[in-house]
Amino acid sequence: MILGASTFVEGVDNAFIFILGISFFFLIGITLTMIIFIYRYNQKRNPKATQVKDSVTLELTWTIIPLILVLGMFYYGYVGWIPMKSPPDEGIEVTANARMWSFNFRYENGRVSDKLYVPVDTAIIVNLNALDVLHSFYIPAFRIKEDMVPGLPGNRTWFQATKTGTFTIFCSEYCGLQHSYMISEVVVMEQDEFWEWYEDPDAMVPVIPDDANLALLGRQVVERNGCLACHSLDGSTLIGPTFAGKFGETITVITDGQERQIVYDEEYVIRSIYDPDYDITLGFRPGQMLSYEGEITEQEVELIIEFLKSLNE
Amino acid sequence: MSETTTAKHVSFLEYKGKYKGILGWIFSTDHKRVGLLYLYTMLVFFSIAAILGLLMKIQLIAPGYTIMGPQTYNSMFTVHGIIMIFIIVVPGLPAVFGNFFLPLMIGAKDVAFPRLNLASWWIYIIGILVVLSSQFLGGWPDTGWTFYAPYSFRTPANVLPALFGAFILGFSSILTGINFVVTIHRMRAPGMTWLKMPLFPWTLYATAWIQVLATPVIGITLLLTVMERVLGVGVFDPALGGDPILYQHLFWIYSHPAVYIMILPGMGAISEILPVFSRKSIYGYKAIVLSSLAIAFVGYFVWGHHMFTSGMSGRALYAFSFLTFLVAIPSAIKVFNWVATIHKGSLNLQTPFYWATSFIFVFMIGGLTGLVLGSLATNVHVHDTHFVVAHFHFIVFGGTGYAFMAALHYWFPKMFGRMYDASWANIGWATFFGGFLTLYLPMFALGLQGMPRRYYDYLPEFHTGNIISSLGAILMIAGALIVITNLVRSSRHGEKVTGKNPWGGRTLEWESDTPPTLENWDEIPKVTEGPYDYK
Repeated sequence: MILGASTFVEGVDNAFIFILGISFFFLIGITLTMIIFIYRYNQKRNPKATQVKDSVTLELTWTIIPLILVLGMFYYGYVGWIPMKSPPDEGIEVTANARMWSFNFRYENGRVSDKLYVPVDTAIIVNLNALDVLHSFYIPAFRIKEDMVPGLPGNRTWFQATKTGTFTIFCSEYCGLQHSYMISEVVVMEQDEFWEWYEDPDAMVPVIPDDANLALLGRQVVERNGCLACHSLDGSTLIGPTFAGKFGETITVITDGQERQIVYDEEYVIRSIYDPDYDITLGFRPGQMLSYEGEITEQEVELIIEFLKSLNE
Repeated sequence: MSETTTAKHVSFLEYKGKYKGILGWIFSTDHKRVGLLYLYTMLVFFSIAAILGLLMKIQLIAPGYTIMGPQTYNSMFTVHGIIMIFIIVVPGLPAVFGNFFLPLMIGAKDVAFPRLNLASWWIYIIGILVVLSSQFLGGWPDTGWTFYAPYSFRTPANVLPALFGAFILGFSSILTGINFVVTIHRMRAPGMTWLKMPLFPWTLYATAWIQVLATPVIGITLLLTVMERVLGVGVFDPALGGDPILYQHLFWIYSHPAVYIMILPGMGAISEILPVFSRKSIYGYKAIVLSSLAIAFVGYFVWGHHMFTSGMSGRALYAFSFLTFLVAIPSAIKVFNWVATIHKGSLNLQTPFYWATSFIFVFMIGGLTGLVLGSLATNVHVHDTHFVVAHFHFIVFGGTGYAFMAALHYWFPKMFGRMYDASWANIGWATFFGGFLTLYLPMFALGLQGMPRRYYDYLPEFHTGNIISSLGAILMIAGALIVITNLVRSSRHGEKVTGKNPWGGRTLEWESDTPPTLENWDEIPKVTEGPYDYK
């Protein structure tokens, strides 16, 4: 069938083959029968209909055989599915956070990433967490999908990848304007490669060397948190105002229903990240962005500010 | 009823009552006029929703922006779904053909409560206005026709009036259901025992019970939403401590049985048409009756298969999967019986027969792909993808839609006293059928590949399937245009039907005048034979 790269693939695809095989058999068989009947018993060839009495035996036959077949389908579906609901005790735990319209993944050591990096042949337990509305965590190549429900703790899924490579993660539960752009990737790496990535000290934001390119780090924070789903870098208007060329300018916002002019400064950026509905840029809708309190640290906000400044150049 | 005598042998179309012109229609309690009122209303809204569907498919012909932005696209699939589901297919065959033909087929002068019947149509119109206005007043709607919480609580298009509209439409449905149940129990012609009743009334009967028993759940959902919105009690919105999955349960406890409201009368219509054009009695009359009742009953207990990936508990899931497989059996029995009916018949290949046999084909595809969705392991992969979209269009549009067109062509001469143009009708059917398959079959492949539904834009790997599908949509709409134009034209200018019974049908409605008079019969007919006694 289509690309498969997890331990679930075999069970699921067996169920597909079993069900689709029987379905094609009946579809083609019954359709051919109909076509033959339409040809054979056409009024021109068969001017007089023959009345046929109902046969209980025949009725029972075509009740019982399909019944047995669908019970077989139920069985294959159940067997292919039960491993998905039985996560192992040992494995790497990752928390997937979904919000309109991005995913991010938080590891046990505090590392946060916008893509899901995992080692091959290892059980990965994904805690599913939605911050605003329903989303769904769907990896076609792994045959897994589970809704991410706000306010439903303990909802999780798991998988064990069997191949290295990059596979798409979709949000498959409709979640508003940019639903079809809410896409991420799972990157399956060799064991040692993964652990190297996992423990990469450069990725741990706290220590920033003096010569680091702060704007570049800021850009990474912005990408990691999915800001660019709604804020463009080229001046175009998406859900939220663009990031390009705004820092230091005077902008018009609506605060408590009052229009006012303010300067796009550091204070404004901090407030917009932690209390996004406080000032709404003229022409945009309130209620679209959630606070990133607890998601983006103050240190990271400073990096974002450096990045925003760099966009003026 | 002093008019009865004067109304003799004047067709219901020409009959002049207390009101003239259009008032003579919208205030008429004649079941036949009420049926046609529903037909015309549906024709208008079907055209609107079909055009929205076509625009969506044109948008999807290439990745990225083609003819509209994402907000417009999201609004379009929402309005398309709301109109098609709540205004077209749920009332569907019962409202049009049930109203028109139930009394004729069981030998009654009208339904049991003619005024209530007219009131149902008015409630339906009010419901339409409320649903549509609620969707447009708060800015463009973008919730999807399922109004899932909590997204639907966050957008300006408030879910509350939308549910209120669905609630009003539900009342129309409940009242029609009660009317039909009473009519069937009390008003069958002398000699028409239960097992001498034709199959279309039988499926209306099964459907009517679902309408009466399942629809109130929409009312309960509305009440809970009011508690949440007005009193701040957390029911569905997690921000208030509510449970969004509870919303999905309540929604599908109504909306899944509603699927059987949509399809059962279609099955009934097909069971009428095949014997007539085969000159042969229906095979397995009792099996079809029993399987209809079985579908209506088991259909209540399978709603959870819409929620296999919702986060519901595992044990509940396999119970729902098991029951879903059981409900497949009665549908399979029907398909076998239909095919057995044309066996050894003397087949008169007319347009209704083409629609009916192509119904069996598309309904099989819809049903068999339903097995893929009913099985847990495979469901997880294709849930919320284009596979599901293709599946329910095969059932709801393929099933109910084809049955509707079959019924419309079959009963057209009885309703209007004129015949449609047969060659245009066949050309229209062939174009539509080809377009339909080209439109929806690639969606199964897209779903297996992993393309989620309600997608404004897509990755390049999904392009091929979408191009084919979009071209199919254009072909299908062209077919629909031919079919509808032909019928509308023929209803005024078609060849007049001589005699009562152009197809040689054996059910009672063909013994009334064509078109029928105001009260259908001079004398209530007596029934001595089964409904499909071909000799």
